[in-house]
Amino acid sequence: MMVRLLLKGGRLLDPVNGRDGAFDLMIEGDRIARVGRDLPIETDTTVVEVPAGLLICPGLIDMHVHLREPGQEHKETVATGTASAVAGGFTAVACMPNTSPVNDNAGVTEYILTKAAEAHLARVYPIGAVSRGQKGEQLADIAELKRAGCVAITDDGHPVATAMLMRRALEYAGMFNLPIIEHCEEQTLKADGVAHEGAHAAALGLRGIPGEAESIMALRDIALAELTHGTLHIAHMSARQTLDAVRWGKTRGVRVTAEVTPHHFILTDEMLAAPIAYDTNVKMNPPLREAADRDAMLTGIADGSVDVIATDHAPHAFDEKHVEFDRAPFGITGLETAVSLCFDRLVHRGVVSAARLIELLSVNPARILNVPGGSLSEGAPADISILAPDLPVTVEAKTMKSKSKNTPFDGWSLRGGVAATIVGGRFVYVNPGSSLKI
Amino acid sequence: MKKDLLSISDLTSDEIYLVLDTADAMREIGQRPIKKVPTLRGKTVVNLFYEPSTRTRTSFEIAEKRLSADTLNIAVAASSVLKGETLADTAMNIEAMSPDMIVIRHPSSGAGHLLSRICRSRIINAGDGMHEHPTQALLDAFTIRQHKQRIEGLKVTIVGDLLHSRVLRSNVLLLTKLGAEVWVAGPRTLVPAGIEQMGVRVSTDIDRAVADADVIMMLRIQQERMNGAFFPSLREYFEVFGMTRARVARAKPDVIVMHPGPMNRGVEIASDVADGPASVILEQVANGVAVRMAVLYLLAGGSEAD
Repeated sequence: MMVRLLLKGGRLLDPVNGRDGAFDLMIEGDRIARVGRDLPIETDTTVVEVPAGLLICPGLIDMHVHLREPGQEHKETVATGTASAVAGGFTAVACMPNTSPVNDNAGVTEYILTKAAEAHLARVYPIGAVSRGQKGEQLADIAELKRAGCVAITDDGHPVATAMLMRRALEYAGMFNLPIIEHCEEQTLKADGVAHEGAHAAALGLRGIPGEAESIMALRDIALAELTHGTLHIAHMSARQTLDAVRWGKTRGVRVTAEVTPHHFILTDEMLAAPIAYDTNVKMNPPLREAADRDAMLTGIADGSVDVIATDHAPHAFDEKHVEFDRAPFGITGLETAVSLCFDRLVHRGVVSAARLIELLSVNPARILNVPGGSLSEGAPADISILAPDLPVTVEAKTMKSKSKNTPFDGWSLRGGVAATIVGGRFVYVNPGSSLKI
Repeated sequence: MKKDLLSISDLTSDEIYLVLDTADAMREIGQRPIKKVPTLRGKTVVNLFYEPSTRTRTSFEIAEKRLSADTLNIAVAASSVLKGETLADTAMNIEAMSPDMIVIRHPSSGAGHLLSRICRSRIINAGDGMHEHPTQALLDAFTIRQHKQRIEGLKVTIVGDLLHSRVLRSNVLLLTKLGAEVWVAGPRTLVPAGIEQMGVRVSTDIDRAVADADVIMMLRIQQERMNGAFFPSLREYFEVFGMTRARVARAKPDVIVMHPGPMNRGVEIASDVADGPASVILEQVANGVAVRMAVLYLLAGGSEAD
């Protein structure tokens, strides 16, 4: 006898199938069985009443997270990272290969997948390295990575330094239909920079990183994607010039997509000076840029030039961040704040509709990574996020599920949050603070 | 006054003048046969230096001793930092011994801010990375006022490596706050992006920048910057930006020439300017002690009226 779960009530939002309204959703086992108005309650069915005002959406997919395992388990593990994901409303995450050892071979990929199966929370899609050891010299065994379960390749954190290797990677990975994700950063221009090059870095005496360090490499890679007919995804865009580069690529028909993080469409380099001067929780790579860049990201999200919102969840231990600014590692956590930030800053401020937000957080990541999800189609895996767009949320770092608490949003009051997360037909997270009762 | 002196922006205009006026009184102590007052008796001051510094450390130490504070110098070699304990741990250890003040010099911008968040002791920034060196700006202002009787309305031209200079940032904040017209000049490669938003005029034409200046302030060129390809050679730097007598002659006749030291003769400044009649470089050093006495005294809770 298959377990039946009926979600009744709420607002079902499924842009792919053009549904937005009062639809019931029936789960049988780990699959979505039926979607329709006023579905009959069959025998042996658990009914979950979804209060009005809650959104039933295809499971959110964060295509850019660092789970740190293997090798840096003091920052995060697959178990704590996926606990963080489901608490943040994500049913799946794609994890970056800059582990120790680097995920450049099937052994590491399989290890991550084993840990994910043990944790049994969010789905985990490993992303393999472009080059062996992420050293930018020799291609990793890309076919092997694909076979082991990698959904994309990237040298995230260590951009592919030479145009030749990037060309080869685009050509080679194209054979296996694997997108290449690039952390765009021209290393000689970035040099030892730690913050956006501008008035705030100048006043605080911090070494700058100009936006062009990012856009130069984006332009190179877009040109190479055109040359090779490869598939390119630009990670965590921060500079307005990069956004223009992506638009240029799209108008030329290049297969290029791009993501933005919540911190880059909300915060600016003013945070370097206040409220806490030299707060290492506003040190990330790429850096927070100036208001014109932040506003450009919002425009790009609104006009469709931005395809994905991803968090670049980058956990670091307190001690690692509790140092001088220039010695602190780059990065902040993001899984447990993204939904609240997106509702508060994008939906409630009229930048995008809730449906468009679901495209950014679910439909497009699924499409770019060629993974299941992104819709509530009958027969699809029952990966579902139940969101609470009007839930008042106060961000509290110390109660987060992530092992690390390095967020600049601690204490922020936001409107919008997560009610529950369903993966494979199973409630893996229910927010006790929401109106949903299971 | 705020608890700490991390930046000139911690001080109001009135407080800056209070420091300068107090320094006037402190200077007098340095001219007595017995150069010591009991003002900070029983207070402990730790000089925590993560960078080699002769001038600043000596100046603080003399200032502390003239005020009868108990002083302790901790010199931390930069190499030991990488493998040793963190700044936060060092700060907590020093803090456990309950000093009253910590004077810190550190290669990282914002190091004093980190200390300030950890320590109850008062923190005095004696130079943090490329950020600030507030007591240097205060002693520069003191020296300017000695010669010009005012700061407001003066044209002050600061020349040299603007990008890496903490002396620049503190001086710009102080001088603009007190109403001076501040020009900054240097090679384009050493001008920080966005510096004009600090309220200064930026020029790469040194002759124009020094024209009719009341004060010329030179910044040190660090020879290791050559590796970053900021300029082709020291010889060419001197040619284009060096302070020569001919350039000084473009300024006002009573211009004063300043330098925070240590100087590179023949690189940023010609010897005959450094040793010439307009130079007040050694006065700056002398005034440093009086100004640091004033800062220590005021932060310890004194007021000019005491």
